[in-house]
Amino acid sequence: MTTQLRETDVVIVGLGAAGGVAALPLAEAGLNVVGLEAGTWLDQRDFAPDEIRNNYRDWPMLVKKAEQERPTSRATSATRANQIGGHPMMNAVGGTTLHYWAQSWRLNPWDFRVVSETERRYGPSRIPYGSTVEDWPFGYDELEPYYDRVEREVGVSGQAGNVRGNINSRGNRFEGPRERDFPMPPLRWTAFHDRMADAASSLGWGPFPGPAAINSEAYQNRPGCGYHGFCNKGGCPINAKNATHITTIPRAVDTGNLRVITRAHVTTLEVGSDGRVTGVNYVVGSNEYFQPAKVVLVASYTYENVRMLLLSKSRPYPDGLSNNHGQVGRHYFSHHQGAGVSAFFPYDLKSWYGLPAQGVAVDDWADDNFDHADLDFIGGGNLWVMSDRRPISAANMGTYGQSRNWGSAWKRFIHEHSDRTHGSYIQKTTLPYEDNYLDLDPTVTDPLGLPVIRITGQFKNNERAIAGFMQDKMEEWYREAGAIEVNRGGLGNTMGASTHAYGGTRMGDNPETNVVDRWGFSHEAPNLGVLGASVMGTSGARNPTLTSQALSWRTAEHLVDNWRDIAE
Amino acid sequence: MTDSNRRPPAISRRDLLRTAGAAGAAALVPGAVGAVREETPETSPTASPGAGPAASSSRAETAPLSSGPLANLTARETEILSAMIDRLIPSDDLGPGALDAGVVRYIDRALSEAESDAADAYRAGLAALDTYSRYTREGPFIDLSTVDQDSVLIDVQIGAATGAGVGFVGGSGSFFNMVKSHTWQGMFGDPQYGGNVNFVGWDLLDYPGVRLGVTPEEQRLLEADQLEPVRRSAYDYGMFG
Repeated sequence: MTTQLRETDVVIVGLGAAGGVAALPLAEAGLNVVGLEAGTWLDQRDFAPDEIRNNYRDWPMLVKKAEQERPTSRATSATRANQIGGHPMMNAVGGTTLHYWAQSWRLNPWDFRVVSETERRYGPSRIPYGSTVEDWPFGYDELEPYYDRVEREVGVSGQAGNVRGNINSRGNRFEGPRERDFPMPPLRWTAFHDRMADAASSLGWGPFPGPAAINSEAYQNRPGCGYHGFCNKGGCPINAKNATHITTIPRAVDTGNLRVITRAHVTTLEVGSDGRVTGVNYVVGSNEYFQPAKVVLVASYTYENVRMLLLSKSRPYPDGLSNNHGQVGRHYFSHHQGAGVSAFFPYDLKSWYGLPAQGVAVDDWADDNFDHADLDFIGGGNLWVMSDRRPISAANMGTYGQSRNWGSAWKRFIHEHSDRTHGSYIQKTTLPYEDNYLDLDPTVTDPLGLPVIRITGQFKNNERAIAGFMQDKMEEWYREAGAIEVNRGGLGNTMGASTHAYGGTRMGDNPETNVVDRWGFSHEAPNLGVLGASVMGTSGARNPTLTSQALSWRTAEHLVDNWRDIAE
Repeated sequence: MTDSNRRPPAISRRDLLRTAGAAGAAALVPGAVGAVREETPETSPTASPGAGPAASSSRAETAPLSSGPLANLTARETEILSAMIDRLIPSDDLGPGALDAGVVRYIDRALSEAESDAADAYRAGLAALDTYSRYTREGPFIDLSTVDQDSVLIDVQIGAATGAGVGFVGGSGSFFNMVKSHTWQGMFGDPQYGGNVNFVGWDLLDYPGVRLGVTPEEQRLLEADQLEPVRRSAYDYGMFG
């Protein structure tokens, strides 16, 4: 028996990085907002610095909805998809921002204009074969005010490299112009960071500290980072990580206009005969509810956004909501973060205390920051060297041929070398392709019997060429800093489930190739908005969360400014 | 196989394990029992790196975890698992190993909790390890010399421990990797879960310990090799219930 609830102005499905940000401008504008969140509230007492719990037993995930909906994946449509590995996202108020790394980059201007800039500089033949990449419907300048707003509302620390055209080489000289500095200075560096920065400088590169949604000093009545070393997949016990459950969501609740419903598992959206969305169906335990709304914003991460639309079949949308052009699930890609490089040093790095967002970045080989005329790819990668080590992971380090990985000889090896290895993090330009996509798996279902998402995706020649190029650069950097051994991973093949999953509901002016318009609203169902990286058409070479949050703020503001047109 | 391959400490340890198993898997693990000391973390929060169990503080709360009957493993399984993890991280002149760290108890508890799905794989894998030893080294695993034990474990690790009646579920390599992964968790994880008794795993790594905050001065001391390690469980900080 479904309980019919009273209509509200806006329903947001998922209160994580994106929905948790969009709630604030909506609530501040006086709209009545219901936030449906599959997880629960968690707080700093839930975030013990415990490696077993965080990194081996998949905490924090009190509610394991995402885990029960793990996508299947396969490289091509010629192979069978398997459900392997865990789901990288979590369910809670604040979502994955509770335990993410919190690197909070703006995309660089090139990322918004990959097609036109590539054609202008190198000619049209340089767009990789089979890619469906388009320019964004707007440029970096359009998003700059929203980046600026979110950096302040959420709290981002960093070193500016370009303030209104004034280049500061202590920051990223390749970034787009920003209106003003970050609200906080960057996180501190250790002696190892200094050493790596010096090595980069001696190669003629421009090292700089990266941006993080982590307090480097007291901000909004919460303390600066403690550098305790358990930030990677861990919540913050001192509330210095600016997850939305302690930033924008409580401020939205304080307006009196946001009602948060926890343990609400949304299944489908309902549609009227006119093609407009009328509300959402959700379950709490065994109770079923229908929440009517004038506007629905889906903000439940790329896989679930696409899945909910594909599951919401109706007479106006027989192939799934907003899918009459067959674009839901298309233009999917997961960020190429693999093809890692690790190094072995003849000295202790003293990296037991720190966090993934505390690092040295090099952007010289990212985007179109270097000449590609004689190269066989477009785009590039961001090199990132961080301080992140915990005891179990340290004891699992590679032995670089010096011993077996167990036994007495290993014990002596690890005693001497546990603090002497380092793994870099290299994020690479990843493009959408015609034959990489999401759809519903034909056989695998969740506990409600609903099909999970199937990923069909493979890194192509462009991504693999970047990977090899970046590995060369990373090895050069490590060697310059004194590394005595360097290991490389494979160049990458199948795109598995990822924390950086893009597309599936791409944003663009052309409804034939995009699901949502330049404001984030459906080309087909005008009162349906989509929040999150599923609207992004390019990845850049850096983490998606801040861009996703800036877009969410912009979509919410557009809804407030055009309420009558969209909602009535 | 000759007796010269048998190091005396290994023999006595093995005999000790047999006794433990014969007693019904209740008594356990040399070094893990009776090492609890009076100091509280508040009065003795630190220990010298590498100084071993005698110099480490430990919490009274760990005492119940390091004794008492096991819940999942039988006496025979306990003997075989103990012998295996004693080769993975041996007790030797560098200091305590996996047995001293309470890894058997860590694994037994994990099989009741987060790793309950692995119980069958342990049951089958430990039996298969013993069967493979009998087939190829002419004795049960726990009676082999350490050299032969290591040789068997290499076969198991690389997935080569096959043959009629050797019933590893999903291949011997996945059994080895599972036990190794859990052994590393029990040796180097938080002592709250029954392993890393007396912080012997963290001492082996010179891990400076769990803190809620690290000041710039503390980081500087760490870089100068002057930071005193902290030896506390995360749960010794009162806020985590």
